[in-house]
Amino acid sequence: MAALTKPKNLQDVAAPGRDGVGASPLRPDGILKVKGDFAYSSDLWHEDMLWGMALRSPHARARILSVDVSAALAQPGVYAVLTHEDIPGSKFYGLEIRDQPVLAIDEVRFHGEPIVIVAADHPETARRAIAKIVVEYDVLPSIGPVEALDPERYGYVHAPADYKAHAFGNIVHSQHIHHGDGDSAEVRALADVIVRGEYEVGMQDQAFLGPESGLAVPAEDGGIDLYIATQWLHVDRQQMCPVLGLPPEKVRLTLAGVGGAFGGREDISMQVHACLLAQHTGKPVKIVYNREESFFGHVHRHPATMVFEHGATRDGRLVFVKAEIVLDGGAYASTSPAVVGNAASLGIGPYVIPHAAVDATAVYTNNPPCGAMRGFGAVQMCFGYETQMDRLAAELGLDPVELRRMNAMEQGSVLPTGQVVDAPAPVAELLRRVKEMPLPEVENWRTADGPDVRELPGGLSNTTHGEGVVRGIGYAVGIKNVGFSEGFDDYSTARVRLEVIGGAPVALVHTAMAEVGQGGITVHAQIVRTELGVDQVTMAPADTRVGSAGSTSASRQTYMTGGAVKQAAEAVRAVVLARGRDRYGWAPAFAAGLRLAGGKALTAAGEVVADLVDLLGDEPVDETTEFRHRPTEAFDKVTGQGFGHVQYTFCAHRAVVDVDVELGLVKVIELAAAQDVGKAINPLAVVGQIHGGSTQGLGLAVMEEIIVRDGKVRNPSFTDYLIPTILDTPPMPVDVLELADAHAPYGLRGAGEAPTLSSTPAIVAAIRAATGLPLNRVPVRPEHLTGT
Amino acid sequence: MTETQIPTEQRLDIRLNVNGVLRTATVTPRRLLSDCLRHDLGLTGTHVGCEHGVCGACTIRVDGKPMRGCLMFAVSAQGHEITTVEGLADADGTMHPVQQAFRECHGLQCGFCTPGFLTVVSAFLEENPTPTEEEAREAISGNLCRCTGYQNIVKSVLRAAEITHERRAEQAEGDAR
Repeated sequence: MAALTKPKNLQDVAAPGRDGVGASPLRPDGILKVKGDFAYSSDLWHEDMLWGMALRSPHARARILSVDVSAALAQPGVYAVLTHEDIPGSKFYGLEIRDQPVLAIDEVRFHGEPIVIVAADHPETARRAIAKIVVEYDVLPSIGPVEALDPERYGYVHAPADYKAHAFGNIVHSQHIHHGDGDSAEVRALADVIVRGEYEVGMQDQAFLGPESGLAVPAEDGGIDLYIATQWLHVDRQQMCPVLGLPPEKVRLTLAGVGGAFGGREDISMQVHACLLAQHTGKPVKIVYNREESFFGHVHRHPATMVFEHGATRDGRLVFVKAEIVLDGGAYASTSPAVVGNAASLGIGPYVIPHAAVDATAVYTNNPPCGAMRGFGAVQMCFGYETQMDRLAAELGLDPVELRRMNAMEQGSVLPTGQVVDAPAPVAELLRRVKEMPLPEVENWRTADGPDVRELPGGLSNTTHGEGVVRGIGYAVGIKNVGFSEGFDDYSTARVRLEVIGGAPVALVHTAMAEVGQGGITVHAQIVRTELGVDQVTMAPADTRVGSAGSTSASRQTYMTGGAVKQAAEAVRAVVLARGRDRYGWAPAFAAGLRLAGGKALTAAGEVVADLVDLLGDEPVDETTEFRHRPTEAFDKVTGQGFGHVQYTFCAHRAVVDVDVELGLVKVIELAAAQDVGKAINPLAVVGQIHGGSTQGLGLAVMEEIIVRDGKVRNPSFTDYLIPTILDTPPMPVDVLELADAHAPYGLRGAGEAPTLSSTPAIVAAIRAATGLPLNRVPVRPEHLTGT
Repeated sequence: MTETQIPTEQRLDIRLNVNGVLRTATVTPRRLLSDCLRHDLGLTGTHVGCEHGVCGACTIRVDGKPMRGCLMFAVSAQGHEITTVEGLADADGTMHPVQQAFRECHGLQCGFCTPGFLTVVSAFLEENPTPTEEEAREAISGNLCRCTGYQNIVKSVLRAAEITHERRAEQAEGDAR
């Protein structure tokens, strides 16, 4: 045993922790990003690389009679032309159900489905080769969400005897929830007022700005290295290995720079195509979608039709709710089952209602596949139940915010799934806060020099000088789950290494978390600084050499990978402090009571007892741990009962709009939000998330929709699919609450999705207040307001 | 690497002045300037988000004026001074005020749109060194951002104006000494 030495350098007063949890250090990738030096997946380059491209179906539903690739193959510069027949392994993939062909087999089920992939030495060569492929189709009438429910008459999107379990016709997944006495006659008799409404939500696109792209490089061991913009490296790999016929250790993924995600990168897109082409040609293959292909290349937000009935007493107490929801899942399952679970379990909103009967179903159709998008099943429902709350308030002559507050859930409330809310649920408080924020000036467009048209609906189009302009105010609140639910084994892995480099303690963090812009890497460094008391934290590239971090979705990464980093840092700290037992003869209890800050070991009272550099010595400490949240359980198939969600997150909005009622033009004047985040690990970043999420909700309220007619996508471009610019986006004051959830690391609450829920119904409520129109569908278009 | 020669396609040797450096490339007449910068010259800081002039991510400065790189042909950029995001910083690496401001104000998340905003704002602030918030909003209205909701981008524009003034004041002070 080494001789005990006396700790030194104790005269130095420990510097207070800097840029730890609760501070707002700047993004570590910020400098690269502002200098244009950050390597996005589309920027990757490899000597001798080929360009991959896909031939996609122009039809929503058709039998493929023949595919002739001979002319494409004969073109100089073309290295490979592959159909499903060239796939070495399984021909299907999918996140929850493996029902999606890597390349179409004998039939196509949606407009844009890939049929053939090509690798060539130049993108233009690949494009010309694609144009030479001849496919003969027998076009069939497409099945939409209405037809899907009557397969006897209209047929099946997937034949009943097909390759997957298919006992339910065109139904992907259903979930029923029965709470109290449901909507029985007895329950209905208890209600003085019953309000019924039918609502629709259009198909929204994630519209991340960096299109799908990546680079697959064949390796000497027969494996493949893929550099890719994704949300979940390990599940990309899990889906690809059977297709490529390779074991996991031979399919290695590294995260490339990601230009936004919002759910659109949860499923694989070009990943497996690039790998197949690389495998086939033995050359690196890069695929980059253009904007049009991006619209066809990823899943969208499920369009929804919803029928709600709410019963209440005359004094405003909710008695029962009945909801029937149909989600258009499109041609393949993607994450439809989980979206259905969310729609059902979160479908009555953040309210206490003693009796509930909810039915949510996703159907297969010949529309574009739908899956993950920020808010994941909770967004659609929020538009439905919040519209109902406004209508009920009007019916009862109550203030809409007051009606919501009277029925708001709180800690201790029982949800319709039977789950007891065991963390703060400040729904009423959030509503109070947005309501009490100062209102923007009325007729803010008036100036001494006449109207400032920039402040009016229509803006510089100069469509009004104030005539026909009516102001409206609307409120909404929503509820979203955090993390993976329904019994999924949700975990994240983190490795933290601490060592002395150049005389200073330096930490390295290695996880597979996809940094998609949300700022997870900033947060990881903050957590390590707080736990280990070091200034310098380095982030290793995210890759599959370390265990899975789960997806960057479900508002879960700060909770889950943040939690894993915290846990790994704690393990490192325990080892470091144990060294003090050997080195300085500390009693185990004494060592266990110490903390690390400012590069020192300190007692609880703040007395410095050792320098971290000395404690560490020459030997690095390297710990890898898996972090899990509390287990959840599946919802009962019949009753929907179960501890299905680990955490809930809430946001409330107040929208103020001016509407030109003659032209149907809307200007959102202000969009105020109040959100509980449990603990703001990085206040600057969390407010940034609330701004961004609110803006996507604004897009859904008044502009964003993928128009699909008979299965055909009509607007796959940024000229025709509009997302908000700054001129559409109002000032957004944000009030952040921090009521700790004792179950979560630092008490934090996932934050990314909640603001996307309530901003849509708040804006539409404000337009209703201005116009008096029912507006049961989003996005609201000018013609809905003018009746033309 | 050598690309396939498509026999019918004409190829031209062009000279481009990019970030103060004369560069050469061999391109087809319809090679987009954005693709030429990214693929032929390796300047991948200019991003391509839509390729039809809507998103603004590929905005560069041509003789000082912001232009969409995806709406210009490389051949037509000859004889003009092109500035990309890589050319905004000083020769010694000091960030341009707009770069510093976007970083400081959390004016970016995924950062894909950022180069387009930076080139636009750098030009705008030369024309209008002391913008109001309203003017700042108008200046960036041709660029899309999907992450931030623009709030911190507007702040970044105003902060960049401040940084420019601070630097000038420091410079003047230094000169006075």
